[in-house]
Amino acid sequence: MKISLAPVSYCWDKANMEHFYQQAAKSQVDTIYLGETVCSRRRLLKFNDYLELAAMLKAHGKQVVLSTMALIEAQSELTELKKYVDNGEFSIEANDMAGVQVAKQANLPFICGPTINNYNRTSLDLLHSMGMRRFVMPYELSKAWLNQVINHPNKPNFEVEVMGHGFIPLAHSARCFTAKHFGLNKDNCETICQQHPKGILAQTQEQQDLLRLNGIQTQSAANIDLTQELMVMLQMGVDYFRVSPSSIDCLDVVNSLASKLAVSTDDALMQSSLSSANSQACNGYWFGEAGLQQV
Amino acid sequence: MELLCPAGNLASLKAAFRAGADAVYLGLKDDTNARSFAGLNFTPEQIKQATKLAHSQGRKVFLTLNTFPKPGEESRWYQAIDLAANIGMDALITADISLLDYANRRYPHLPLHLSVQASATNLASLDFYQQAFNIERAVLPRVLSIKQVKDLAKNSSVDLEVFAFGSLCIMAEGRCHLSSYVTGQSPNTGGSCSPAKHVRWQEQGDKCLTRLNEVLIDTSGVDQQLGYPVVCKGRYIAEDQTQASYLLESPTSLNTLSLLPQLASAGIKSLKIEGRQRSPAYVEQVTRVWREAIDSFLTHPESFTEQARWNQVLAKVSEGQVTTLGAYERQWQ
Repeated sequence: MKISLAPVSYCWDKANMEHFYQQAAKSQVDTIYLGETVCSRRRLLKFNDYLELAAMLKAHGKQVVLSTMALIEAQSELTELKKYVDNGEFSIEANDMAGVQVAKQANLPFICGPTINNYNRTSLDLLHSMGMRRFVMPYELSKAWLNQVINHPNKPNFEVEVMGHGFIPLAHSARCFTAKHFGLNKDNCETICQQHPKGILAQTQEQQDLLRLNGIQTQSAANIDLTQELMVMLQMGVDYFRVSPSSIDCLDVVNSLASKLAVSTDDALMQSSLSSANSQACNGYWFGEAGLQQV
Repeated sequence: MELLCPAGNLASLKAAFRAGADAVYLGLKDDTNARSFAGLNFTPEQIKQATKLAHSQGRKVFLTLNTFPKPGEESRWYQAIDLAANIGMDALITADISLLDYANRRYPHLPLHLSVQASATNLASLDFYQQAFNIERAVLPRVLSIKQVKDLAKNSSVDLEVFAFGSLCIMAEGRCHLSSYVTGQSPNTGGSCSPAKHVRWQEQGDKCLTRLNEVLIDTSGVDQQLGYPVVCKGRYIAEDQTQASYLLESPTSLNTLSLLPQLASAGIKSLKIEGRQRSPAYVEQVTRVWREAIDSFLTHPESFTEQARWNQVLAKVSEGQVTTLGAYERQWQ
């Protein structure tokens, strides 16, 4: 099993993004997904900036995948998607069926991201026949689901990736909730989301942390933490453990997990979890419960 | 332009046809559709009856099969497709690619409508489903502006259906995990958003607390009319504020009467009314208004105006008695 880094889902400025990936290049992570997946109005980094980062990461020995948008509405967004698919070097993560279609037409292999609705083995096998070589399990599915899907009727010919650490993207809307919060609308948003590098925390009226507003994306307030399940995933045959960045600290999680995998003794793997100290942890989805629960 | 109405039971189906629906959509009494509520939906025998009734009146009936088969339990979904094909239903509304593939291979004459739960919002995605599974129609998610709908309609390889009226889902449908994050069940997996068994209204002094799996979604006055609690329409406190507010959306319904001429000229094939979970009276009232509006438009397209009484009737049956154009209106976004 290898460790992967999900694309940064927040709007970080160029300097911060470059700093993050320079550090990631030196980390023990195996595979890095990068690209804007949330909002096409975020233009602090352009396609060529991502390509430069990808080249730098590749030079450091990282596997690089270009991630594409989860919600594609405008023709201009489709044009941008084609540019990503046709980059000539790196494979792509499709996060909308448009990505699957464009890759399929170009006869290129692709990875299905977590926002492609894969809920059963037949669907996965169909996508595999169209060029899918790996899929990231949709967030709301569980260990029991995965066991069933990768063992029946036989081991699949595609790889499996599970999101194991980070805030969970729960939904995408036409509406920008960050802009709405500041009395702006999406067309004149001033890229206000860049002021919130971890999104805006929303609590219930009983002060329970519930959601995190990240532009048009709504995330979990709690941090999914499956680091204690590393051994279980290894035994199940999960190929990639995904860490979703919310700050540069996530690279400590990456390094710690990678070291444990390198040692690969049961003792090391069973050590305590690595949850970020200041946000509540959750693992409910993995155990077939409500996502916000900690089992 | 087709008027497509919801039928949660036989009474609603009759009400819809009485009020002028061209077609209805309905689901089986299980988790193969995303309105899996107790007391709602049809047995296979009732679906046969419904289909016979619809066809005798020259109307159409579509089977809603818009959840995603669970591993090891796929047969329930496949049997539903067999049923729809064998009794001659007019279309299957579905989202999962394994089901689209099954239906397309076995029953090439059964028209396939891509459910909104497939979340197809662009030409490439529509092309994918058309080329791979020969879909005839797609239902567009409620995340597109009217301009985007028109652009798609101009170039789409398939017929398009849009939501005209009813509960407003503000997230890209079929890819929203808010319900399962709080309750463990989503429309895709459990057959409903905010399953009723997790909803609890709790009176506390002069307040009513709305809870979903014990998570406080909203607090309101005891006399206030409350919408069905969903996570996206709750009141929460943002980190930089002290007062709770509707951070995502307030309880409101979608009403596109004012867009009727634009939707018609764009070539939209079908207008969908949401609400299989609502009463036959709701179905009848809403269908009657839309029938009248569509007929009025078709008779005098140049001089079409929305009538105040239409909107009054629709507002009365709307969540919070408020309606919106939602994402169709760019300003809302």
